[in-house]
Amino acid sequence: MIGRMRRLDIWSLITFFIFAGYLIFLALPLFMLLIKSFFDGTTGEFSLAYFYKFFSKAYYMNAVWNSLKVTVCVTLLSILVAGPLAYIMTIAKIKGSGTVRILILISSMSAPFIGAYAWILLLGRNGVITNFIFDVFGFRMPDIYGFSGVLLVLTLQLSPLIFMYVSGALKNVDNSLMEAAESMNCTGLRKMWKILVPLITPTLLAGGLLVFMRAFADFGTPMLIGEGFRTVPVLIFNEFISEVGGDDGFAAAISVIVVLFATTVFLLQKFVANRKSYSMSALNPIEPKKLKGAANWAAHLYVYLFTILAMMPQTYVAYTSFQKTSGKIFVDGYSLGSYRAAFSKVGDSIYNTFMMAGITIIIITIAAVLIAYVTVKRKGAVANLLDTFTMLPYIVPGSILGIALLVTFNQEPLVLSGSAVILIIAFVIRRLPYTIRSSAAVLHQVNDSIEEAAISLGASTMRTFFKITVPMMISGVFAGAIISWISIITELSTSIILYTGNTRTMTVAVYTEVVRGNYGVAAALSTMLTVITVVSLLLFFKLSGKKEVTM
Amino acid sequence: MSVAISFRDIVKKYGDTTVIPELSLDIQKGEFFTLLGPSGCGKTTLLRMVAGFNSIEGGALTFNEKKMNDVAPGKRNIGMVFQNYAIFPHLNVAQNVAFGLENRKVTKADQQRRVSEILNTVQIDIYKNRMPKNLSGGQQQRVALARAIVINPDVLLMDEPLSNLDAQLRVDMRNAIKSIQREVGITTVYVTHDQEEAMAVSDRIAVMKSGVIQQVGAPRDIYQRPANLFVATFIGRTNVIDAVLEGDGAGGAAVIIGSNYILTMPALLSEAKPNESVAIKISVRPEEFVLSEDGTGLAGKVVNNVFLGLNTHLIVKLENGQEVEMIQQSASNVVTDIGQRVHLAILSGTINVYDASGERNLNRGSGL
Ligand SMILES: Nc1ncnc2c1ncn2[C@@H]1O[C@H](COP(=O)(O)OP(=O)(O)OP(=O)(O)O)[C@@H](O)[C@H]1O
Ligand SMILES: [Mg+2]
Repeated sequence: MIGRMRRLDIWSLITFFIFAGYLIFLALPLFMLLIKSFFDGTTGEFSLAYFYKFFSKAYYMNAVWNSLKVTVCVTLLSILVAGPLAYIMTIAKIKGSGTVRILILISSMSAPFIGAYAWILLLGRNGVITNFIFDVFGFRMPDIYGFSGVLLVLTLQLSPLIFMYVSGALKNVDNSLMEAAESMNCTGLRKMWKILVPLITPTLLAGGLLVFMRAFADFGTPMLIGEGFRTVPVLIFNEFISEVGGDDGFAAAISVIVVLFATTVFLLQKFVANRKSYSMSALNPIEPKKLKGAANWAAHLYVYLFTILAMMPQTYVAYTSFQKTSGKIFVDGYSLGSYRAAFSKVGDSIYNTFMMAGITIIIITIAAVLIAYVTVKRKGAVANLLDTFTMLPYIVPGSILGIALLVTFNQEPLVLSGSAVILIIAFVIRRLPYTIRSSAAVLHQVNDSIEEAAISLGASTMRTFFKITVPMMISGVFAGAIISWISIITELSTSIILYTGNTRTMTVAVYTEVVRGNYGVAAALSTMLTVITVVSLLLFFKLSGKKEVTM
Repeated sequence: MSVAISFRDIVKKYGDTTVIPELSLDIQKGEFFTLLGPSGCGKTTLLRMVAGFNSIEGGALTFNEKKMNDVAPGKRNIGMVFQNYAIFPHLNVAQNVAFGLENRKVTKADQQRRVSEILNTVQIDIYKNRMPKNLSGGQQQRVALARAIVINPDVLLMDEPLSNLDAQLRVDMRNAIKSIQREVGITTVYVTHDQEEAMAVSDRIAVMKSGVIQQVGAPRDIYQRPANLFVATFIGRTNVIDAVLEGDGAGGAAVIIGSNYILTMPALLSEAKPNESVAIKISVRPEEFVLSEDGTGLAGKVVNNVFLGLNTHLIVKLENGQEVEMIQQSASNVVTDIGQRVHLAILSGTINVYDASGERNLNRGSGL
């Protein structure tokens, strides 16, 4: 490219500050984690002891094996469950499909551990369904705890992501491709396998990666429903948090291994997906048709069953939140007692959540607009590096980022541990990508010449940006910000590491109340979270005019 | 092998709206048949009924007398070329072309032979290992064509296959399509709303309007003897002029235009009795006007002239205020500067005469 001289302008300065922010709050902490893992905690000498310990003990290897097993199974199962779901919803007219889509979306937006705790209430040792089946049929259901429970909870929680990804991809498949296949006598399953599956494979890989990363990093679910089924995040948490026998250096070492592993998977996926990507856009998308007879029944059954299962946790939790409690147990009758208790016992967590999430979202909105602009419109080496930085949160599990921040900022020159600031930093870094992505998406559609027109009319760079570019981006920014917002208020794995008495969030409160067995209070708080999520989503639909969310 | 297609009182409804009311049409074996008409007239709908992608609400569609109404698209042995090509993006050129063969019982060796044969025919054999995204629009078009013909279909269906190409390529491709079709001899149903394209490729054309066929015929017949004013104006350019018809009582007819221009015509299918006048409309193509040098014809004033080399297009404003378009051959030496007064004579041998509603062609031998 000739022309377009690179000048040192206000944008260079902005880029510099954003860059500095990422270096200090993301790169440095991860680096500190790396250092910590290679130096003995007590003597301060270089040592590989932590790594040796990790790889030599069956106890740890067992956790690795568990993590892999859960992650791979959840990913495959999610694809197997949600792929057909998306396919059915694309080709078949399903009654109430709009509502179904929104419900599926809502179900995916809650914190996974709430699902875990709800399924314990339903299918646990003393769960309502377990008891019901015992009373009626006289037999005990198999145990939900451990691997199967984690699998159930995470699959239900994460398959909506695959559903959304695949639905999106199917929308871009032109119907004439299907018709072309049909006209050559390639129909039914064969058509699906030869045409549709290859076309959506890149999407399946991308969605699969997201599910893989989330399942791999999830900490709350195995903690609650795992009962001794230890996964790596649980291991890290225990090593880091437990007062006796815990070891920061060792936790750091495990974190380093995890990040390396996640990076490998990420790059592998990128490599495969890049070789297989097709740019598609449908002139006439596939129209859902009304199926006939048994097929119609089966399609409806499948869709509704999935939706009910996916919504079950939140619905049941909401129901229990209105039940009367006596001490820790639910008793007959309904009351708002749990809500009163929630406000009086952990009211501060509600305030904290709103305060911290509010500040976070303001920072995210501003940063996302700037970063999106720099990465889209000012391409170059620095912009590319920035782009990579913004991707890191996909790879670094929340608990690990929490630990990294904590080990870095618990000492001079910058002591942040225990403050709301450190939580806000963590939230910003982790949830920024959603807003950047949707801002960048709109920005991609804004033609360069629009800005050039403004500049040719004498507007300054900044004036052009604020008067022309920002207004054009605003819908994307807000849409992304709402998704960031929802994911902040439902965040657990970082907050659980970083919170202190003064900075406890709602999710942390739910988690601790569940652990203590205060199901009423936990239910009331979770329900409030669900309500906020639903309201935010409705706002999102209204603002974006869209019916789906990209993650 | 190719088939004759026939439509018997075919009806198409979308919900309660009837898009095609009772249409009948016969397409002959091996014919290149084009459905032509303005946007929304039901061309695509009709074509997709042949393909089996649209249900048929009434009447019978037959291939060689065999009723096809409820046969699945894959069982009709059709080749279809889509407007957006519908090339499978995950398969390379050869794989795309082989796709239809793989769904039939064709041996691998046979597949390869047929694929390379057809790629040769459509002249894209050098791209056979390319992925579709690396092909130009015209090349993709050829792949789509090859993929449709390689299965030896009974019918080749094309819905505006050239509409995504630029003007020059469109001309090249339509010639290619025509010659390939002639070579393989498949019954072809082609949809377009570009009348020039239709004239260039078709053996016969059906001109449609609002789901009703207005005229079926060879391109030349449709151009020279349009069945009604709609066809006359839709195919080629023409000037529609109000006139009055007077019978001479002896089988001939006189057409009077304006106050004093009288054309004597061969016998018309007119209802005008001797000494009685009937209002009519005549359709005069731009090349059917000549500049008269002796002051006969319609008087008017040149309001615009565009020199195109081969000839000059003139817009002439007649005395009644109507503007007509005509072509002046470069050989003519009448001065036609803007503002110049001229006289236009009409070549009565070829013009078309319609009743006042424009529904009926009154020329003898117009076939209706
Ligand atoms: N799925 C549908 N539902 C309802 N009406 C339809 C549907 N498809 C087409 N129509 C209507 O049927 C009529 C004929 O449509 P068709 O697509 O056949 O037109 P066409 O001649 O191919 O036009 P074009 O040149 O624009 O492609 C139009 O009025 C259109 O609005
Ligand atoms: Mg059409």
